[in-house]
Amino acid sequence: MSDVRPVQMSSPVLTVRQVDAYHAITVVAPGIAERFRSGQFVAVAVGGEHSSMLTRRVFAIHEVKPDYGGTVEFLFTVRGRGTAWLAERRSRDLLDVIGPLGRPFPLPRDPVNCVLVGGGAGSAPLFPLAHALRRRGCRVDFVLGAATASRVFSAITARRIAETATFTTDDGSFGTRGRVTDVLDQVIDDACSDVVYACGPMPMLREVTAAAARHGIPIQVSVEETMACGTGVCMSCVVPVVGEDGITRMARACVDGPVFRGERVRFDDVGTIPFDALGAPGWKARASGEDRAREAG
Amino acid sequence: MIPDLRIGLGEWELANPVMTAAGCAGSGRELARFFDIARIGAVVTKSVTLEPRAGRPAPRIAETPSGVLSAVGLQGPGIDVLLQRDLPWLLSRGARVVVSVAGGSADEYAELARRLSEAPGVAMIEVNLSSPDPARGGRHFVQDSAAAARVVGAVRENARADIPVFAKLSPDVSDLVGLAADCVEAGADGLAMINTVRGMAIDADTLRPAVAGGMGGLSGPAIRPIAVACVYQVHAALPEVPIVGMGGVRTGADAMEFLLAGASAVAVGSALFHDPSACVRVVRELERELVDRGVERVGSLVGAAHRTAGAAGVAAE
Ligand SMILES: Cc1cc2nc3c(=O)[nH]c(=O)nc-3n(C[C@H](O)[C@H](O)[C@H](O)COP(=O)(O)OP(=O)(O)OC[C@H]3O[C@@H](n4cnc5c(N)ncnc54)[C@H](O)[C@@H]3O)c2cc1C
Ligand SMILES: Cc1cc2nc3c(=O)[nH]c(=O)nc-3n(C[C@H](O)[C@H](O)[C@H](O)COP(=O)(O)O)c2cc1C
Ligand code: FES
Repeated sequence: MSDVRPVQMSSPVLTVRQVDAYHAITVVAPGIAERFRSGQFVAVAVGGEHSSMLTRRVFAIHEVKPDYGGTVEFLFTVRGRGTAWLAERRSRDLLDVIGPLGRPFPLPRDPVNCVLVGGGAGSAPLFPLAHALRRRGCRVDFVLGAATASRVFSAITARRIAETATFTTDDGSFGTRGRVTDVLDQVIDDACSDVVYACGPMPMLREVTAAAARHGIPIQVSVEETMACGTGVCMSCVVPVVGEDGITRMARACVDGPVFRGERVRFDDVGTIPFDALGAPGWKARASGEDRAREAG
Repeated sequence: MIPDLRIGLGEWELANPVMTAAGCAGSGRELARFFDIARIGAVVTKSVTLEPRAGRPAPRIAETPSGVLSAVGLQGPGIDVLLQRDLPWLLSRGARVVVSVAGGSADEYAELARRLSEAPGVAMIEVNLSSPDPARGGRHFVQDSAAAARVVGAVRENARADIPVFAKLSPDVSDLVGLAADCVEAGADGLAMINTVRGMAIDADTLRPAVAGGMGGLSGPAIRPIAVACVYQVHAALPEVPIVGMGGVRTGADAMEFLLAGASAVAVGSALFHDPSACVRVVRELERELVDRGVERVGSLVGAAHRTAGAAGVAAE
C-alpha cells in the first residue's frame, strides 16, 4: 500500500471543458494536489448525495497546479451513467473526491532516457510523469496511440514536452496507421531508451512489455482493472502479479498498483485465477513440486 | 444532552453500535487512513480460512441500482497471516476486533475457533455460514439448518468461553426463524444478519453475466428492506438473542431502522466502497437522530417497533 495518505474532500469544480474527444474537469483540491505524485489517481462519487450509483469512478490525475491552493485535473470519456453525470457538472458544483490513490510511477535516480507509451485516455497520467522526468534531467520520448485522430490526446503538449513524439491511429487519420507497438522498437533504438513507462489497455501493455523485454530494458506499466472503491477494501480490482519471492498473488490494482513492473504482471492470465497463484487450488501442489525438484537437484 | 451510545451484545459491551461488515473493510489499515478505527464499535475482518485463498476471477463486482453485485470469493492470506500481522496491528490501534471465520467443514471451523482462542484480543467470532460445503455438492452450510447448527456447535465448543460466537445468516433460506433458532440451540450467543442476497446482472454488450462467477451476492441499500424484515422476524421470535443487523446501512437513519427492528448493533458494508468514512459518519448521524428525538440511550430503541401499538404482523404475507 502506498504510504502517502489519501484524503477525501468535497471539491468545488473550477472548469469543465472539452479537450479533443475527452472531457476535462478541474477541481479545487489542495490536500490532493500537494500529496500527488505522477501515476496516482482519484476516486469520485457520482450522482449526488442520494445516488443509486454506489461504486466510485476512478480517473488518472492528468495535471495538478498550485492555483487556488491546489487544483487537480482529470480527463474522461463518457462510457456509462457515472461519466455521463460527470460530464454535466458545471463550475462551483461540488464533487466528492478521494485522492491521491495508488502507487505512483517510480522515478529513476539518474538522468536517463525514458520512452512514455500511452493508449487513448491512458495517456493522461503520462503528462505529469513527463514533467517530473524532465525536472530530473531525463530525456523523454512519447509514443501515443488511439483509435482515431480525435482520441489522440494532447498531441501538441506531447510535442512541446518531449524530445520526440510519435503518434499512431488504428484508422491512419493521424500519425502512423497501426498500433503503438508498430513504432515502439524504432523509437527505443533511435532514442537509446533506458526505461519504458506505459499506460493503456491490458493487451497494449502486454505488447509493450514484450517490446521492452526484447530490448532488455525495464518497464513500468499502469494497469486498468474494474474498480469499485479505489481504496483497497472491496477486493474487486485484482490482477495476477508475481512477487519478488516468485509467488503469484492476486494483487489489488488500486493499492498494490496501479503501477507494476511490466514483467511481473501475468498478462495472459488477467481475468483468471492462475492455478499456481497463492491460495488457488493448485498452488500447494506447485510449491511442494518445487521442493521436490530442489531435493532432486 | 449527549446520548449514551453504549450498547450490550449479550455479555459484551460496545462503545457504540456501529461496526464494519465482514469483507468490506480490507485489513483495517485501508480504512485507518480515513478515520480512527478505535472510534467505532468494532472492526469485523474479512472471513478468514485456514489456508490462503485466491478468490474468484475478475470481473468480481458490478454496480446495480442502489446495489453492488459481488463475487469476490474468500480471497485472503489465511489464519496464520491474520494472527501474525493483521490482528496485532488492529489491536495496537485500539480497535475492538471481531474475526469472521469460514471453512469447508465443521472441523475446519473448529480449528479456526481453537486458533483464535489462543490469540489474545479477539472480542468475538462471527461464523460465516454462507460458505460452500463440499460434502453436500457445494451447497452453503446455511441452506441446511442441521449443517449450520453443526458448524456453530463446533465453533462454540472450541472457542474460549469468554468469546461470544455469532452466527451469520443468509436470507436465501426457506425458514429463517427456524435456522436462527437451531443456531442458537447449537450454542450461538447471537446472530448477524444478513449476508448478501443471490442475484445476477447480465452485460448487454458482452452478452455475459456481469460478474465472472455468473451469480453474485447483492448488497447495498437495494437489500435493506429484505434485511430489516429478516431482523424484525427473528427478533420477534427470539427477543432475547442479540442481533447485529446489516444490509444497506448507509446513514444514521438506516442504522436506527435496524435498531427499531430489533438489532442491537449494525454493520456497514458496501457503503464503505462509496464512502470510506461511512462508519464514523453513521455514528455521528445516529447520535444526531437520538438528540433530535430526545432519546437518551441508544439501547432503548432496540426492538421498539415491536412494542408500538398496532405493530405490523410478523407474517405479513
Ligand atoms: C486506475 C484507472 C485510471 C483510469 N483513468 C481514466 C481516465 O483518466 N480517463 C477515463 O476516461 N477513464 C479512466 N479510467 C476508466 C474509468 O474508471 C471508467 O471509464 C469509468 O469508471 C466508467 O464509469 P461509467 O459510470 O461511465 O461506466 P459504467 O460502465 O456505468 O460503470 C459502472 C461500474 O464499472 C466500473 N468500471 C467500468 N469500466 C471501468 C474501467 N475501464 N476501469 C475501472 N472501472 C470501470 C465503474 O467504476 C463502475 O463501478 C480509469 C480506470 C482505472 C482503473
Ligand atoms: C465485496 C463483498 C465482500 C464480502 N465478504 C464477506 C465475507 O468475507 N464474509 C461475510 O460473512 N460476509 C461478506 N460480505 C457480506 C457483508 O458482510 C454484508 O453481510 C452484506 O454485504 C450486506 O451488507 P451491506 O449491504 O451493508 O453491504 C461481503 C460483501 C461484499 C459486498
Ligand atoms: S477497487 Fe476496491 S479494492 Fe481495488
